[in-house]
Amino acid sequence: MGFFTDCANILIKYWPSFFLGIKTTLLIAFSGTIMGLALGLLVGGIRAIKLDKTAPSSAKMIKKVYDIISWIYIEVFRGTPMMVQALFLFYALRPIFNWTYIPAGIFVISINTGAYMAEIIRSGIQSIDIGQTEAARSLGMSNMQTMINVILPQAIKNAFPSIGNEFIVNIKDSSVLMIISITELMFQAKSIAGSTYKLTETYFITACVYLCMTMTTSFILNQIEKKMNHSKTTLPQSDTFAKTMNLAKEQEEHERTY
Amino acid sequence: MKELIKIKDVHKSFDHLEVLKGVSFEVNKNDVVCLIGASGSGKSTMLRCLNLLEVADSGEIIVDGQDILHTKDINAYRAKVGMVFQQFNLFNNMTVLKNCMLAQQKVLKRNAADAQEKALYFLKKVGMDSFAHANVNTLSGGQKQRVAIARALCMDPEILLFDEPTSALDPEMVGEVLDVMKSLAQEGLTMVIVTHEMSFAKDVSTKVVFMANGIIEEQGTPQQIFEHPTSERTKAFLARFNR
Ligand SMILES: Nc1ncnc2c1ncn2[C@@H]1O[C@H](COP(=O)(O)OP(=O)(O)OP(=O)(O)O)[C@@H](O)[C@H]1O
Ligand SMILES: [Mg+2]
Repeated sequence: MGFFTDCANILIKYWPSFFLGIKTTLLIAFSGTIMGLALGLLVGGIRAIKLDKTAPSSAKMIKKVYDIISWIYIEVFRGTPMMVQALFLFYALRPIFNWTYIPAGIFVISINTGAYMAEIIRSGIQSIDIGQTEAARSLGMSNMQTMINVILPQAIKNAFPSIGNEFIVNIKDSSVLMIISITELMFQAKSIAGSTYKLTETYFITACVYLCMTMTTSFILNQIEKKMNHSKTTLPQSDTFAKTMNLAKEQEEHERTY
Repeated sequence: MKELIKIKDVHKSFDHLEVLKGVSFEVNKNDVVCLIGASGSGKSTMLRCLNLLEVADSGEIIVDGQDILHTKDINAYRAKVGMVFQQFNLFNNMTVLKNCMLAQQKVLKRNAADAQEKALYFLKKVGMDSFAHANVNTLSGGQKQRVAIARALCMDPEILLFDEPTSALDPEMVGEVLDVMKSLAQEGLTMVIVTHEMSFAKDVSTKVVFMANGIIEEQGTPQQIFEHPTSERTKAFLARFNR
């Protein structure tokens, strides 16, 4: 029997498991990205606020402490593997939250994504011309009003490619959450492989499924991006996927010019 | 004549660079004061100190009886003092109309209907009402600057500050902006204008202040400054424009 016939047989027999895995992966990746974005907006948005020189010293003090704490959060979660974060947080917080697997998974991925999003949002904000802030402030708007009404909408738009990329990263990286028994795609794949003993075939199918998900997502994000027709940006991104994507794009452009 | 702004011995440094070295002048109600001077002489810095985008290191700035260097409510103060920038700085994420409504609603707490009525009134005044729903990025420089002026006027400011409002414009658009400013001057709006448009300063201003190297070298009526300057520096500066 050929390799592909085996693959087909596994798919026919185990598609409900694959399907369940896909559903869980997308659920965790999507909600993790959205909540991570919310967290990143809050953390990165406040990080980007520069207090007026005339602000009271107590406010300056609080901001300083906030900056240090948020810096630690961002560095820790960007500087350690998510698998370690998952294991640590799952067991460390289990006595407090007494949680089941899925909420724990979403929690871990949200916090992790939040750290990346905070930096994406902060540099998105910094890419906005200072004149926008000065105009708003000169009209009497407060720091907060300026941020919410003028700066953030533009920053989010500029940072959209990086934000979307985090979603794609999460689709792939949620696979490490199988370590805390979350029944996402990788977890399902492992148990299918375990019961069929056809490891190569099972993981081949799994790879194809991941690729389908990321490429579809990437396509959808590109369509949205086109609709927003914003300019290109260079914002921090959290892993190699983005880099290879950009590389491919650059290569394409390179080829086009010759 | 009511004195609206009194600037007394204002100093301002950036790190070790002293940009304002004791600047004093007054602005009366309905005055149109033009600040002129070479690049780097501190005109923008002086203007920005007036609405607290920069904070003066020492000296006194009294606006309408209020000591603004020690004011508690900066935002309320700024709402009374409009500013028009060289680079327009229209909010890129909003239509022309929304640009003019936002601060009215957020700062003055006007309701949407009032804010819109006001916005359309001033947009009409600057000849931009037919662009109310346009995206600001589609406008020409002159159009953007007229919208920026309307946006400032919507706050019913007591004073309007201009920092080289026509310097970023193509020559053929300078006129449309200066015309708007001229008509505001005729209506008696108090304005402080940093400009390199000498003929505008000559025709429209009630007072000209010539700055050089962080101090006021000479100030007076346009006639005094443009026709009978006393300082050699002023003469040298003006000579460059009269060629
Ligand atoms: N935020 C800042 N930090 C440091 N230096 C500054 C800052 N703003 C202005 N300066 C310096 O202060 C000096 C005066 O600047 P200012 O912008 O007030 O001059 P200006 O008279 O408006 O000149 P121009 O006609 O070119 O606009 C310049 O040497 C400038 O480099
Ligand atoms: Mg200047």
